[in-house]
Amino acid sequence: MKAQGTVHKYGNNVDTDVIIPARYLNTSSHSELAAHCMEDIDSDFIKNVKAGDIMVAAKNFGCGSSREHAPIAIKASGISCVIASSFARIFYRNAINIGLAILECEEAANDIKTGDEVSVDFDTGVIKNLTTSKTYNAEPFPDFIQNIIQKGGLLNSISERL
Amino acid sequence: MSMTMTQKILAAHAGLVEVKAGQLIEAKLDMVLGNDITSPVAINEFEKSGASMVFDKSRISLVMDHFTPNKDIKAAEQVKRVRAFAGKYDIDNYYDVGDMGIEHALLPEKGLVGPGDCIIGADSHTCTYGALGAFSTGVGSTDMAAGMATGKTWFKVPAAIRVEIVGKKPKFVSGKDVILHLIGEIGVDGALYRSLEFTGDGLKNLSIDDRLCISNMAIEAGAKNGIFPVDEITLEYVKDRFQRESVIYSADEDAEWESTVTIDLSTLRPTVAFPHLPENTKTVDECGVVKIDQVVIGSCTNGRLSDLQAAAEIMKGKKVALAVRCIVIPATQKIYLEAMREGLLEIFIESGAAVSTPTCGPCLGGHMGILAAGERAVATTNRNFVGRMGHVDSEVYLASPEVAAASAITGYITDPAKV
Ligand code: SF4
Repeated sequence: MKAQGTVHKYGNNVDTDVIIPARYLNTSSHSELAAHCMEDIDSDFIKNVKAGDIMVAAKNFGCGSSREHAPIAIKASGISCVIASSFARIFYRNAINIGLAILECEEAANDIKTGDEVSVDFDTGVIKNLTTSKTYNAEPFPDFIQNIIQKGGLLNSISERL
Repeated sequence: MSMTMTQKILAAHAGLVEVKAGQLIEAKLDMVLGNDITSPVAINEFEKSGASMVFDKSRISLVMDHFTPNKDIKAAEQVKRVRAFAGKYDIDNYYDVGDMGIEHALLPEKGLVGPGDCIIGADSHTCTYGALGAFSTGVGSTDMAAGMATGKTWFKVPAAIRVEIVGKKPKFVSGKDVILHLIGEIGVDGALYRSLEFTGDGLKNLSIDDRLCISNMAIEAGAKNGIFPVDEITLEYVKDRFQRESVIYSADEDAEWESTVTIDLSTLRPTVAFPHLPENTKTVDECGVVKIDQVVIGSCTNGRLSDLQAAAEIMKGKKVALAVRCIVIPATQKIYLEAMREGLLEIFIESGAAVSTPTCGPCLGGHMGILAAGERAVATTNRNFVGRMGHVDSEVYLASPEVAAASAITGYITDPAKV
């Protein structure tokens, strides 16, 4: 699995209330959620994002409310991968469970800037900044997570047991 | 092999003799929870997976609390979907308008969760039940769907931070001040992926309501769970209430603690978290003059009877400041009824506050008290993120019911000792 795209960069403690504000949680339609993704901290995000783009943030990305609507909104907006110094744990679970690729890499998260072109290889954890030609190594997914993602999410991975 | 309390509960539910921090396990669940926002997403996933039954209809709780009584047509459609699911699978614990409460106040009150349980909920504040000596953590809707279908989920066993509580609380200091102080010390990611395990001599000075409030906000330090040992105070609370058998686990003396934080209750002051993070704490003495437009007393953090009693004691015979809207929301129907019988609601209404049926409402900027641009609220809730209670340019200050009540009277953030 690989991804490549232009970077949208954010800071520390991006919480799920700003990823998708509660006022829009009266729907579970993916496209409606995506239309409001990040709007409270970056009202241009939705106008600028292109399919395949990459989101980069500092520490504790996705903290706060457990709403799965947050990774869903990010994924539905076209983002192919989120790279951060660290993720809040419920967001981390949710992203895996719905099949949004995420990688923890502090160095990459510090260096990479908005507008950079970045490629990611999920099998090896290698992140390349094509704009600056720098390479970073993130921890690749452990096996059990690879398995969930390969099967297309948690529910598919358990459905053989149902 | 020594283990923390959390590790022992996880080992037992995974059918293992021992577990270590970092280990991936599959654990059996005693309760799976969802609300009106997260359940519809879980139900979609459940149905897509081809599941045809739930693992145990008595171990699923569906609580319609966030946007209820339905704030708009979309919210009504969501609740309708959950109600139909609850009917189809004959779910025992479906709670809707009239018998509901805010989930994390309701489940302990009804005895649906208790000591030794392993619980997941599609709501981040599911960590609240750690107060009763359960392992309990928030997950997403997909986890909830898988949990409803299989009665199991995967966990990575957490390392632990020990929080040693000593001393006795001074007047006007409550569980809220303990947890705000702790988050101020360690930060909103200070316990990321880890357990917070509370120990120490001072625990005997923390009531169940104090503990529920403290465990509730463990997530605000990034923790996976926040757990208290089971003692006489716990057993007294769960007696005649908990629907299953209590199982008591305790941490080994020599369990591995990643770090230890000590809190001396006697040194705490009423504490306020400034916008826009729960870690931006100041004692009430350091706040300066912060004028406010709204006060909200309620939520799964501080909407319990003792919280309303504390607020009423301060507001009795006084008037809410002219420029302030004060909204009081008992967390469950039972609390509402008891508050009415005790005359607390009368005190609030006579002081000029609005009293509402239980709902999450303004806590998440849902309804029943949304802030306009530039407005400020003191709230007994647990989050003060950008836009949490309304407009992105509004501000939320987190505090105890005592500070919130005192501030409602004066119109600015106020030390309860001064009204
Ligand atoms: S009261 Fe607030 S924090 Fe608690 S469950 Fe409701 S929305 Fe969440």
